[in-house]
Amino acid sequence: TMAFRHKNTRRIEGLDSNVWVEFTKVAADPSIVNLGQGLPDISPPSYVKEELAKAAAVDRLNQYTRGFGHPSLVKALSQVYERICGRKIDPLTDILVTVGAYGSLFSTIQALIEEGDEVIIIEPFYDCYEPMVKMAGAKPVFIPLRYKNDGNSASSADWVLDPAELANKFNSKTKAIILNTPHNPIGKVFTREELQVIADLCIKHDTLCISDEVYEWLVYKGNKHVKIATLPGMWERTITIGSAGKTYSVTGWKLGWSIGPQNLIKHLQVVHQNTLYTCPTPLQEALAQAFWVDYKRMDDPDCYFYSLSRELESKRDRMAQLLQEAGLKPVIPDGGYFMIVDVSTLNVDLSDVDEKQPYDYKFVKWMIRSKKLSAIPLSAFCGPETKRQFEKYIRFCFIKKDSTLDAAEAILKNWNKQTA
Amino acid sequence: RTHFLSLSLQAKMSRPVQARRLEGTDKNIWVEFVKLAATYSKVNLGQGFPDFPPPDFLKESFVRALSGENYMLHQYTRAFGHPPLVKILAQFFGKLLGRDLDPMTNVMVTVGAYQALFCCFQALVDEGDEVIIIEPFFDCYEPMVKMAGGTPVFVPLRLKAPKDGKLMSSADWQLDPAELASKFSERTKAIVLNSPNNPLGKVFSREELELIADLCVKHDVLCISDEVYEWLVYDGKEHIRIASLRGMWDRTVTIGSAGKTFSATGWKVGWTMGPNRLLQHLRTVHQNSVYHCATIAQEAVAQGFQRELELYGKPDSYFVQLPKELQQKRDWLVQSLDAVGMKPIIPEGTYFLVADISKFKSDVPDVPDSDEPYDSRFAKWMVKNKGLAAIPLSAFYSGAHKNNYNHFIRFCFAKEEATLKAANDILQKWKREKTSP
Repeated sequence: TMAFRHKNTRRIEGLDSNVWVEFTKVAADPSIVNLGQGLPDISPPSYVKEELAKAAAVDRLNQYTRGFGHPSLVKALSQVYERICGRKIDPLTDILVTVGAYGSLFSTIQALIEEGDEVIIIEPFYDCYEPMVKMAGAKPVFIPLRYKNDGNSASSADWVLDPAELANKFNSKTKAIILNTPHNPIGKVFTREELQVIADLCIKHDTLCISDEVYEWLVYKGNKHVKIATLPGMWERTITIGSAGKTYSVTGWKLGWSIGPQNLIKHLQVVHQNTLYTCPTPLQEALAQAFWVDYKRMDDPDCYFYSLSRELESKRDRMAQLLQEAGLKPVIPDGGYFMIVDVSTLNVDLSDVDEKQPYDYKFVKWMIRSKKLSAIPLSAFCGPETKRQFEKYIRFCFIKKDSTLDAAEAILKNWNKQTA
Repeated sequence: RTHFLSLSLQAKMSRPVQARRLEGTDKNIWVEFVKLAATYSKVNLGQGFPDFPPPDFLKESFVRALSGENYMLHQYTRAFGHPPLVKILAQFFGKLLGRDLDPMTNVMVTVGAYQALFCCFQALVDEGDEVIIIEPFFDCYEPMVKMAGGTPVFVPLRLKAPKDGKLMSSADWQLDPAELASKFSERTKAIVLNSPNNPLGKVFSREELELIADLCVKHDVLCISDEVYEWLVYDGKEHIRIASLRGMWDRTVTIGSAGKTFSATGWKVGWTMGPNRLLQHLRTVHQNSVYHCATIAQEAVAQGFQRELELYGKPDSYFVQLPKELQQKRDWLVQSLDAVGMKPIIPEGTYFLVADISKFKSDVPDVPDSDEPYDSRFAKWMVKNKGLAAIPLSAFYSGAHKNNYNHFIRFCFAKEEATLKAANDILQKWKREKTSP
């Protein structure tokens, strides 16, 4: 027989492997305490679940809805975000509903990025940015957040961009920069001043900004989430991405949205109409209703947007304490639900492990096997040049119920009592 | 604020902001016609979705999944398909294809069949590849091939005139074997097959499929087989899966849809089935585009399939009852149209029916230099003036061929009896208005 000539297309060459495929399988074992993949094991609020049941009972809500976003949902989104951004947002032209924020990232990159373009990605980065930019035929240009040595406290605020280094990354080929604030995995909440540095460069070089703000509600005391699209000169060049999964603790609903000026969003809509056309209807209706509930109480501390953040802040503090008691120095995040920690101080010798993977990959695999605790290796979130820099860090997810954190505590307390 | 604009910056600012891959893909018939239907229609037989609910057992599965103890169904599931769903799909379709399917490698769940198609083209079609598309076709195939950098090569189903006095059937629309063979070249990467066919309702026969299969094998071409209407076949016809023909499993991706299977188009759950050496590339596209599909609907669809596996072939099976009900609706609509002088093409499958509106042309005069195909102008006039929504057949043809069959419109008959009766009333009134002085 002839050799099978049908291989993968060029656009996906080298994009087949993926940290999640590797690690979610391993951590699926129920005896493992799973602080790896970013998904809550707490329940979504009951009114959110109820709205879905109500929506599914309406016959016509089980059929196709408007392709670019269910009318009641885009209306609700426009109201919520008009209030936050202080500008008019047209629900039909300025918003696209997508399959998760992931789908928004994909639609944005496919719509606006192509061969010959460069896209600046800040390291560490949510791992899909790099393959999506490559799949669009463009070149990722990396710039790392660097830890400024500033005494003993390790906070996500200590990780900063060097303005001169950043400016050097911009050139006439730079089509876009991807911003993620609050940041996964470090938990950094970019300040207005930091965003202004980025904005100034975007305006100077006529660069777009793809702003991944899925953790926008999860900011802890003393911090404020600032939307780069609200800075002068930025609305017209920014796509802001949000996520129902992160907003309402329903990652399995896979609904996200892109908000921006019509002249950019219209191209995302073209991609959407040629990729999956519509998102599921009952989920969109339920999400719209949930948004109305919280929109009406945006001045009230009981609004889920604020109450979730308060709940998570105490989990954050608990997680930090557990790690500190185990002799580790975690980086305390100002936002998001992840925490990174340098594990090199544990001195786990993995030199006999054959695989050519970075230290943190080997460490996490070893930790899963021998400690029954999972995390995610940070080098998965880095470009090729910086993997060495970050391979001593691992990422923990703390949006977990108390019993999960209790189990993690037990493991960390016993850590030094066992030999490897 | 002033800056000195460098030449390179000026050049950048004068280029279009959007990527070139979007060229020629921005027009979409549905955006326009869905809006028209929403604004004007009293009876909507346009866009393809049922106006009756999904079956009770499916709605119950959804509610059970929601109200159960397991709130983790609101979180991510396995990216390539919720385990209970891929397992039952592998079991169910393995039986029908006569082979052992591995749920992890031979099945992938997608956001509707639409996203399955997207994954196929992105994974397998490179710049310069040719993809054969049979006209008339579900309109997304063309822009998807273009977005993947491919070149669509069209081959028409040609209408063989039916015997005198008989109504046309979708079976009368056939490929010319020599013409089809001539479309295969060194650059042909794949052929897209849609059976049962939207919009005509044609159910390709074994002989017709073997013709296509032989060419695929001869030219080492892949087959993307859109079988979303697989259960909607009438008059005792059989839906044959091209992947089950000799030499075809290894080169075919078969696509299915929960939306069409269970009358729940708004759930957007679809799937692909095929050999791992093709599906692995679909997985790569999927993990870099949407990654996960929503969990709860997948759980409910899995339970739906479990029920159907147990009832397969029995009278209570939804896959037996639905085509039975739809066949009756088809026959009503055929009668309604025939009675007023619109000539229906009786579909062997799907829930669509195409009719020749030549007898009504006097209502919508020809505009000689119009860019717009006649049937499109007719359909727009009809929804605005008669409140009846349908889709022009030219929507399902490539640009160059939109005027080849420009006096046909497509009706969707997956509608409640009351809807079809209301359509009949509109048609009858229209006919009376035409014939009275």
